[in-house]
Amino acid sequence: MNPPTPKPFDAHPEHDPSSPVSIHALTVAYHRKPVLWDVDLDIHAGRLVAVVGPNGAGKSTLIRACLGLIPSATGNVRFWGEPYREQRRRIGYVPQRDEVDWDFPVSALDVAAMGRYAQIGWFRRVSRAHKDAARACLNRVGMLDYADRQIAQLSGGQQQRVFLARALAQEADLYFMDEPLAGVDAATERAIVEILAKLRDDGKTVVCVHHDLQTIERYFDDVIMLNMRVVATGNVADVFTPDNLRKTYGGRLTTLDRAGHALGTQGG
Amino acid sequence: MNDTLATFVRVDLVPLFAAGAAALSCALVGNFLVLRRESMLGDAISHAVLPGIVAAFLVADTRAGWPMFVGAAAAGIIAVLLVELVRRLGRVESGAAMGVVFPVMFAAGVVLMERAAARHVDLDASCVLYGQLETLTWDLTPDMLRAPLSSEALGRVPIEFWMLLGSLALVSAVVVLGFKELRVASFDPQLATSLGFSSRLISHALAVLVAVVTVASFKAVGSILVVAMLVCPAATARLITDRLEVQLWLSVVVSIVTAGGAYALGAFGAPAVGLPGSVNIAGSMALFAGALLAVAAVASPTHGVLARHARRRALATRVSEEDLVGTLYRAEELGTPVLAMDTLAQLMGGTDRATGAVRRAVAAGIAAREARGVTLTDAGREFGAGIIRTHRLWETYLVERAGLRADHVHDPAEVLEHARTEAGDRIDPPSTGPLDPHGHPIPDGSP
Repeated sequence: MNPPTPKPFDAHPEHDPSSPVSIHALTVAYHRKPVLWDVDLDIHAGRLVAVVGPNGAGKSTLIRACLGLIPSATGNVRFWGEPYREQRRRIGYVPQRDEVDWDFPVSALDVAAMGRYAQIGWFRRVSRAHKDAARACLNRVGMLDYADRQIAQLSGGQQQRVFLARALAQEADLYFMDEPLAGVDAATERAIVEILAKLRDDGKTVVCVHHDLQTIERYFDDVIMLNMRVVATGNVADVFTPDNLRKTYGGRLTTLDRAGHALGTQGG
Repeated sequence: MNDTLATFVRVDLVPLFAAGAAALSCALVGNFLVLRRESMLGDAISHAVLPGIVAAFLVADTRAGWPMFVGAAAAGIIAVLLVELVRRLGRVESGAAMGVVFPVMFAAGVVLMERAAARHVDLDASCVLYGQLETLTWDLTPDMLRAPLSSEALGRVPIEFWMLLGSLALVSAVVVLGFKELRVASFDPQLATSLGFSSRLISHALAVLVAVVTVASFKAVGSILVVAMLVCPAATARLITDRLEVQLWLSVVVSIVTAGGAYALGAFGAPAVGLPGSVNIAGSMALFAGALLAVAAVASPTHGVLARHARRRALATRVSEEDLVGTLYRAEELGTPVLAMDTLAQLMGGTDRATGAVRRAVAAGIAAREARGVTLTDAGREFGAGIIRTHRLWETYLVERAGLRADHVHDPAEVLEHARTEAGDRIDPPSTGPLDPHGHPIPDGSP
C-alpha cells in the first residue's frame, strides 16, 4: 500500500492540513499600526490551548482575525485545510462578555438557542427540538433554572455560563473563547474549566484567551505566548518557561518573576 | 347611507387607516432601531430624503405619489451608504457620521426647494415636514359610495395609501420571517456574522427598511414627526416587557392606539369641545405617542419610576425592620431585653425610622410593646438570630477571606446582612470557633 499523499495546502507544506487551525504569515494592522506580526502556527486537535500575553499583545485580535471579524493585512488562516467560510459551522466563538448589550430583552434560553441558528438556517423558526437542545446545554452549565430569566438579571458569572451554553449548542468541533474566565466567581470558574476539559476529552479543540498565568499549567495543554508576534507555542510543559514568560511580558510585570519562581519550584 | 357616514368614508376613512398603517410600520422597524441604539438612523434618513423628494418633484413636475417615492427612497439609500462611507473613511462612530450626512442632505433639500420656489413651483415645505394626512380624502361620487369596493371606487383611493399598505406588508414580512436574524444581529453582531448571518448585510437591510417606511409615511406624519413614530411605540413597549416577542406585539398595540386616539383627538376633539376646526393629526400623533411613553416611564410595573420607587421603599422598610430586630437582639445579648423608644431612635438613626419599624414589627408579631419600651417576641428572637448570624458570618468572611481589619468590617457587614443571597449561607463557620472577629458568638440556625 502506498502511503497517502499529503493533501496540497496552498503551497505551505510546513502546515499540517489535518490540524483544526493553521495560521500562515498572519499580520493584522489597525490603521496601519501593526498589532500582530507574522503569526505562523498550527493548533492541534483535541487540545485545550491558552493564548497569553500582556495587554495589547493582540490576543483578542488573533482570535478575531482567525474568524474574519477583522481584516488581516497579510497571510491566511485555514481550518482543517480549508478557509473559514467552508468550515464556519464547525467553529464556535465566545466573545468577551462586555461586547454585547446585556439589557437586551432576551432570556437565557433565547441566547443559548442562538447557538443553533446556523443549523436552523435563514428565515426558519426556532423549533421545539432546537429549544430542547438549547435547554440541555443550559443544563450542562448549571443554568437550566434560569432559562426564562432576562439576561440582565443574571450575575456576571451566570452570563458567562449562558455564553458557554450558547457555544455548546453550536456543537462545534473548534471553539475560540475570549477570556471565558475573566471576572467570574470561583464556582463558575470550576464549572467552566470542567466543561472545557470535557470538550477536550470529546476530541474538540478549545482556544482560550487567558489572563491568569497561575492557572495555565493546571487548566491547559498547550499555550501560545503572544506579544505582537508569537514568542513561543507548544506544549505547556515545554514552552511555558520563565525565560519565555520574560520574553512575552518584557519584564513589564513584577508578578511575573513570582510566577516564574513558582514555576521553578513546582517544576522541581 | 346617511350623510354622516358618507362624510366619514370620504373624509376620514382613508386618513385613519393611513395613520394606522404608518404608525404600525414605523413601530415594527422602530423596535430594532431602539434596541440597537440607532434611533438616530430614523432621524437621519427622514431628513436626508428631503432632497430626493424635491428633486423628484422638480424632474417629474408633479406632487403625486410614485416619482416622489422613488426620489425619496433613492435619497434614503444614498444617505445610508454615505453614512457608512463617512464612518469608514473618517474613522468616526456612526452617530457622528450621521450627524455629518443628514444636515448636509437636508440643507441640499432646502436649497433645492428654494430653487423650486424661484420657479414659482408650488411645493409646500410644511407638507413635507409635518405631513398632510387630511388631504388623503377618498373622492367618491354618490354612486360609488353604494359600492365602495368596486374597482372604480378603489381606483380613487389616494396612491399614498397603497404605498403605506405596501410598506406595512414589506415590514411585517421582514420582521416575521427575519425575526431570528434581526434578533441575533442586534444582540450580538459578531456572533451573527460568525454563524453565517452577515451583520453588515442585516444592518443595511434594516436601514433600507427604515428608508422605505420613512418615505411611505411622510405624507401621513411628515418627515420630521416620523421619528416619534419610529421611537415612541417601541420605547414604550420596551419599558413594559423584557421579552422581544412581547415587545413587538406591544408596540403594535401602542401604535394602533396612538393612531386611533390621535386621529379621534385631532379630527373630532376640537369640535367636540366647541372649538372650531381640527388639529394637525400628525402633530397629535407624535404628542399622543410621547404621552404614552411618558405614562409607561412613570407607571410601568417593571421599569417605571413608580415601581422602582416602590421597590426601593419596600427594601428600606425591610432593612429598617431587620435593623430593629438586630438591635433588640444585641441588646438582649448584653442583658437589656427591653429598649426604650428614644434609645432605639438613637441606635437606629432617627425617631421616624424607629417608630415606623416598631409599628410594623409589632403588627408582624416579631416585637412587642411593654411599659418601658420594646422587646422581642419568640418569633422575633429567632428572626433576629438569623440576621445576627448572617452579620457575624460576613464579618468573619471579610476578616478571614477578604483580609480586612476587624475594626473595618462592621459597616460592610451591616449592608451585606440584608442581601438575600445564598452566598451568606455558604460562608464556612470561622476556623477559630463559633465567635466572630469581635469575639461575639455566632447564633445557630439559618439566616
